[in-house]
Amino acid sequence: MSKQDSSFALRRLHSLLGVIPLGVFLIQHLLVNHTATRSEEAFNVAAGIMANLPFVLFLEIFVIYLPILFHGIYGVYIAFTAKYNIGGKQYGWHSTYRNWMFLLQRVSGVITFIFIAIHVYQTRVQVFFGEEINFDLVAQIVDNPLWLVFYIIGIVATVFHFANGLWAFMVTWGITQSDKSQRVMSYVSAIIFVAVTIIGIRAILAFI
Amino acid sequence: MSEETIKLNIKRQENNETQPYWEEFEVGYRENMNVISALMDIQTNPVNAKGQKTTPVTWDMNCLEEVCGICSMVINGGARQSCTALIDQLEQPITLEPMATFPVVKDLQVDRSFMFEGLKRVQAWVPIDGTHDLGPGPRIPEKKRQTSYELSKCMSCGVCLEVCPNVNDNSGFMGAAAISQVRLFNLHPTGSMNKDERLEALMDEGGIAECGMAQNCVQACPQGIPLTTSIAAMQRESSFHMFKSFFGSDQEVE
Repeated sequence: MSKQDSSFALRRLHSLLGVIPLGVFLIQHLLVNHTATRSEEAFNVAAGIMANLPFVLFLEIFVIYLPILFHGIYGVYIAFTAKYNIGGKQYGWHSTYRNWMFLLQRVSGVITFIFIAIHVYQTRVQVFFGEEINFDLVAQIVDNPLWLVFYIIGIVATVFHFANGLWAFMVTWGITQSDKSQRVMSYVSAIIFVAVTIIGIRAILAFI
Repeated sequence: MSEETIKLNIKRQENNETQPYWEEFEVGYRENMNVISALMDIQTNPVNAKGQKTTPVTWDMNCLEEVCGICSMVINGGARQSCTALIDQLEQPITLEPMATFPVVKDLQVDRSFMFEGLKRVQAWVPIDGTHDLGPGPRIPEKKRQTSYELSKCMSCGVCLEVCPNVNDNSGFMGAAAISQVRLFNLHPTGSMNKDERLEALMDEGGIAECGMAQNCVQACPQGIPLTTSIAAMQRESSFHMFKSFFGSDQEVE
């Protein structure tokens, strides 16, 4: 890549990090949370295992924090370099499905970035200052209906960004090339969105 | 001559530095008119709808059969060629605007240099000039010829850049046309001898990585070129090229 400008490599890195590790982490995180639908104890055990992984701070920094910071900051830059053109009825091609997804991917990305920042402050930062990571920590937050709504919006936006991002990932790396394969991937991405959203919403509602 | 008239609302601009303004026109209806013939009528008799004498509207035209691409403008909100925009099929008043992605030269005439610079950057040609006869080129397989033919229909009209949310002043993105041309020339047996150079140009700043996959280009292309397939195909080639040259490589072709 010696002759190249760095932007190509940065964009490919941005695309890769969105799925590995961030997408994988998102699924794993929501599955751990989903144990709360079984019982409070089940969640405490699952969260305890995660919190007591060896070298947990090292894992967090390299698998979560650095990828999120890069993906988020570079993503916000990308979102603000676009000139959105969703239009009225005379703009026939302007309001196509993909043009909407283009807009929503960027809107959901910005929401997700804000949501994650607040979520990390409310949970991980509090744990750093001595709080214990358990069921009650989350239950206290979503006890306030405004925070609950905020969390639900955040979860839906994050999962949407992930599911639609998978579609873009497949095109970016040249895996889905034909119209048909891209269309099939649109359905797959929609199914992933619905399935993972159900898992995430069921999980957060279990803390009430 | 019938009493029927056509109403046109035209966004005019003296040059790129001055403010644009709207001016209404009415021209007599004739059968089978297109936007160009209506503009020609205004040119012959430059009087606006209020009956005031004004300057004739400027626009670009050449082939008048949708193969040169130069008469592209935004007609009733959609970017297309004015030569094939038939008056009978348009809702009135017909609004005419210059394409917003490109700097305005005057009225409906725009400067599409940005797109041509992109084509130059990716070397959208086959270099065959030499001092001696190189002989006949290799045969092209029929399937490849069919794909190439579709891609070769590109007339550099600029509509795909106009509708793209990522082609704007904040980004250097070259747009779909140049990317599709890389696919065309890399498919060609002689052209593929320089395919690495074209791919590397695509992988530079403003290149293929800045495509946001809004896919407006393929919807708007007047020639029906499979632009999004071209982009994905070039994404694949770029990925391979990146992996092949990750730690530096002296490979040039294949």
